[in-house]
Amino acid sequence: MARSEARAPGRRGIGLTAPFTYVALIAVAFVYIFPFLVQVSNSFKSDEEATSAGLALWSPSWTAAAYSTLFANSNFALWTMNSFIVTILVTLGRVFFVSLGGYALARLQFPGRTAIYALLIAVMAVPSVVLLIPKFLVIKSLGIYDSYPGMILPLLVDAAGVFIMKNFFESIPVAVEEAARIDGAGPFRTFWSIILPMARPALVTITILSFQGSWNELTHFIISTQSPELTTLTRGVASLASGQLSSGNQFPIKLAAATLMTIPVAIMFFIFQKRIMNASGGAVKE
Amino acid sequence: MTTTEEMVRARGPAPAPGSRRRPGFNRQTAAGWLFVSPTLLILGVFMLLPVAMAAWVSVSDWGGRGSPWGSGVNFVGTQNYADVLGGRGLAARDFGTAIRNNLYYVLLVVPLQTALSLTLAFLVNKRALRGKGFFRTAFYFPSVTSSVAITVLWLFLFSASGAVNAVLSWFSIQGPNWFQDPRGLIHLMLGGGAAPPALAQPGLFGISAWEWLAGPSVAMTAFIFMAVFTTSGTFMLLFLAALQAIGEETDEAAMVDGASTWQRFWYVTLPMLRPTLFTVLTLGMIGTWQVFDQIYTGSHGGPSKTTVTPAYLSYEAAFIAQDWGRGAAIAFVLFAIIVAFTLLQRTVLGQADPALPSRSQARADRKRQLEVRNGAK
Repeated sequence: MARSEARAPGRRGIGLTAPFTYVALIAVAFVYIFPFLVQVSNSFKSDEEATSAGLALWSPSWTAAAYSTLFANSNFALWTMNSFIVTILVTLGRVFFVSLGGYALARLQFPGRTAIYALLIAVMAVPSVVLLIPKFLVIKSLGIYDSYPGMILPLLVDAAGVFIMKNFFESIPVAVEEAARIDGAGPFRTFWSIILPMARPALVTITILSFQGSWNELTHFIISTQSPELTTLTRGVASLASGQLSSGNQFPIKLAAATLMTIPVAIMFFIFQKRIMNASGGAVKE
Repeated sequence: MTTTEEMVRARGPAPAPGSRRRPGFNRQTAAGWLFVSPTLLILGVFMLLPVAMAAWVSVSDWGGRGSPWGSGVNFVGTQNYADVLGGRGLAARDFGTAIRNNLYYVLLVVPLQTALSLTLAFLVNKRALRGKGFFRTAFYFPSVTSSVAITVLWLFLFSASGAVNAVLSWFSIQGPNWFQDPRGLIHLMLGGGAAPPALAQPGLFGISAWEWLAGPSVAMTAFIFMAVFTTSGTFMLLFLAALQAIGEETDEAAMVDGASTWQRFWYVTLPMLRPTLFTVLTLGMIGTWQVFDQIYTGSHGGPSKTTVTPAYLSYEAAFIAQDWGRGAAIAFVLFAIIVAFTLLQRTVLGQADPALPSRSQARADRKRQLEVRNGAK
């Protein structure tokens, strides 16, 4: 096309199209950020004001009433505690089990290894929604329905995590372990005190993914619990959304709940921003 | 240490006859099995066993009380599947409606999220761009927040007097009451009249052709916007990783040869992005056929069942209507649909060669490893 001639061959980067690129990017970024600003600002408004002037980011008569109502009229504190308990235990367990499994698949020679690896890939291919009813059936038959074990155990291992760790361990030079083995260290010693410390970056990835995953998990808790004492934030806020507290639309309260439940993952996100951006190249959340 | 090892030995399986015996063999075998045993146990008990159990429930008349293996539970053959797939009953009509709703969702979300994420990746990949980190963060942030929180926000933004309608009113457009509006988009485009008699007869799953052609409801459209909003950041990162793997040299070479921006994109970059494009389309499709959280939180399938999806219907049938056989059958049919669509997509995209996606996967993995390692510095 003729346009190519107008361009000096040495010119590169965003050159001529720069203004367009910036305008487009700023416009899209605005669309992506604005909803969250609306969320926070409306959580500090009164019911009437949120309904009549939802777009306004600043309200002269701002109030924290929605937050106090939220804590007074719902079990928000309890939900938060449950979410933390489950998330922390799941994350700790996952980091350990997933790296153990990944290490065995990457480095230990044993009969059945290939079969286990194939099984892992097969499990990753099963859509989680299909497992909704089946998981409930098993949890119920094992007698752990409506209990912390029922909420935590099924989430303790995730196939994608094993996969990520296996790939990582394969990238560590074998020589390191051979030296340890010659020194007489057993497989667990080698794994625990030599290999695991080298795997810190991958462990951080797993930590982020499982923290985010279990904090945001909803379906598993719907099918594994029913009592109010075991409600997590996702289940609790979902019940608020469908109007449990309702008299009127109560948008500020719901938005306050949504804002608060976002804070832990947001903190996690901003601390490990760089790592997340790199790590999620392979692990996609839907 | 000794006790651990003894335990290990006791638990490890006997070596296969004829296998090579060398020093340390037993030890590695035992350690190997011990190390993977938590993974095997959890995945086996909570992934494989459930599937087997649900397969039985889907051909039984279990009502949710007692054990599905109990004596009162009968084998009903393909009855549950027939109820859902055949016939003109309520079960079939609900299933047909759910398929229609989700099909429009998939057909709109997948192309939109792919095009948007590809565009964003291109824009933020430019070397001379300032504020790269800011833009990437802004686009990715919606992907880390929970679907429940985003749905709550969406209910507010798309309420009758919400932010979206306020913006529309600047252009003198009277916005709909999004989440309460069951009218189909295609019906609306056609002027909203009644069904022509030729299309009003009950058809597939007892649903008339007119209803099949309704398009996504206004309520579903709000969910479609939400899906594009929350997934484009993740897919942008996938495209970005691929673009960085291609590097700028290729692009520069094409530039030296006199190729225009558009030519470089269409003939050089896009073909090289093909494996990633395939991955994004596949993941997008698998994800969009599984919509559940948003529906559970936001609409419970309403208005007029126009946001019911097969995943939600399966949940509703089992946990609310206590019709477990039907719920399990719907889940298996959904699984089959996802598999069928994945295969169809493979054929349509001409990726019949099974080596291609796996090779691209391997490359993506290597890339990620490198990034993870570099991140350590």
